[in-house]
Amino acid sequence: MARKTTTQSKIVWTVIAWVVALVIFFPILYAVITSFKTEPEAIDGFSLIPSGTFENYITVQTQRDYFKPFMNSVVLSIGSTILALIFAIPAAWAMAFAPTKRTKDVLMWMLSTKMMPAVAVLLPIYILFRNFGLLDTRIGLTIMLTLINLPIVVWMLYTYFREIPGEILEAARMDGASLWKEIVYVLTPMAVPGIASTLLLNIILAWNEAFWTIQLSTTNAAPLTAFIASFSSPQGLFWAKLSAASTMAIAPILILGWFSQKQLVRGLTFGAVK
Amino acid sequence: MATQNTKTLARLMMAPSVIALLVWMVIPLSMTLYYSFQNYNLLTPQNVSFGGFFNYQYFYTDPAFFTAIWNTLILVVGVLGITVIGGIAIGLLLDQPIFGQGIVRILVISPFFVMPPVAALIWKNMIMHPSYGVFADIARFFGVQPIDWFAQYPLFSVIVIVAWQWLPFATLILLTALQSLDGEQKEAAEMDGANFVNRFIYLTLPHLSRAITVVILIQTIFLLGIYAEILVTTNGGPGYASTNLTFLIYRTARLGYDVGGGAAGGIIAVVLANIVAFFLMRAVGKNLDK
Repeated sequence: MARKTTTQSKIVWTVIAWVVALVIFFPILYAVITSFKTEPEAIDGFSLIPSGTFENYITVQTQRDYFKPFMNSVVLSIGSTILALIFAIPAAWAMAFAPTKRTKDVLMWMLSTKMMPAVAVLLPIYILFRNFGLLDTRIGLTIMLTLINLPIVVWMLYTYFREIPGEILEAARMDGASLWKEIVYVLTPMAVPGIASTLLLNIILAWNEAFWTIQLSTTNAAPLTAFIASFSSPQGLFWAKLSAASTMAIAPILILGWFSQKQLVRGLTFGAVK
Repeated sequence: MATQNTKTLARLMMAPSVIALLVWMVIPLSMTLYYSFQNYNLLTPQNVSFGGFFNYQYFYTDPAFFTAIWNTLILVVGVLGITVIGGIAIGLLLDQPIFGQGIVRILVISPFFVMPPVAALIWKNMIMHPSYGVFADIARFFGVQPIDWFAQYPLFSVIVIVAWQWLPFATLILLTALQSLDGEQKEAAEMDGANFVNRFIYLTLPHLSRAITVVILIQTIFLLGIYAEILVTTNGGPGYASTNLTFLIYRTARLGYDVGGGAAGGIIAVVLANIVAFFLMRAVGKNLDK
């Protein structure tokens, strides 16, 4: 009898959970469906069955040069992530394996830079960028994205590195391994999973960053966030095309995101929840 | 323990990150502070003069300022309310044994990975549009007059969009915390005849308290800076009805070319963010000691 109610309740819970999940996912699903509709279809009342045209995807490329902002997004998110890792890996390594009394303070201070409201430094950054000719350049935006995500990257790496047992390093040291060998042969293999997770999460964060990318770019270096935001004032009927552009903009990161659920929790809570 | 050599090396290894962040924090912030005391408009860059506290006074006496503070508060509290309560409910739901749990989880967390302009435009055009949106279709189906969400309830509409984006984050963290709840404790409580409500109040909720704190604090940091969602939907309007502090400063600085005024607003935003940050640091810092 007990088992029977369990199966029954499992079915009930399953139905409720699926309904909730589909409601939450619906806006994304509907955008994807709309991207395969023709423009008149897109505004012709509710329908989940598109006529299945690929025209919008082609039009977005031919009329709006979709590939350019897409490549900007790729370059900016991957570039800034690699740059952030180059800065953060040594720092996190030092904090995890050679901690001093001040390590905690440094970590907290780094975290505090993440809390500075971006808008508070909008003008100085804008003026500096203008004076140094960095406005609307990939280099400028890469630097910007590196800096705003660096604290998260250091923190995340730190929480991963801290889990690597220190004894292994001691043992390597006893065996006469130099510091360099210690890093290359002992630490790196153990650190790769943590670094990969950090890389993944940071690419997602950089791809979706929508304040600085919109403020500091116009056309040349504009990534997808700025490109899509430029559709905000509707001229004519273009929802199907907007949906196609949106679908292409979110698809790669959505898929990356599905693989990084655990890292997301860890990275965004600065290791406070694992 | 660590030799002097190691310590020096450790410092060298930390230096690039520390210096980069120091420069990133100190230079722009000092510039903001400096500008906040200047009369400086980008349209008349030759007329820069010392303005004392004029910019602060200007910001403080601007009726839009209090509207913006109020809107910021409503936005943050509204989104937090929806996401924390919704996150607990959905977390509990996903913690049940269900068929296809993995897929359900993926569907639920997906909105978090949608970039803000896309999220806002989907909601604006396809869900909440007064003539072509899904809500309008539903209203017509029931024979009700469709609502023009962004004109009639602009702030509420922004709250809905932002809550949709952040609900997955709250759900994911609270679910992670729920899953770490000791199964034996749950069983013991069940054996003792504690019903669902009592188990929730006396066992689950205390266990979740830390995770809830973390969700509230981290979301607050991000919610204070909501910008793109407002830009592409209401553009802060009608009037200042959906302008938060971030958007007001952006308006002053970039649309009004008022460097001094924008800087003063920025300093006010820094002070407010610091108050929140203070509590966040304490919560996260505690965890470090463990």
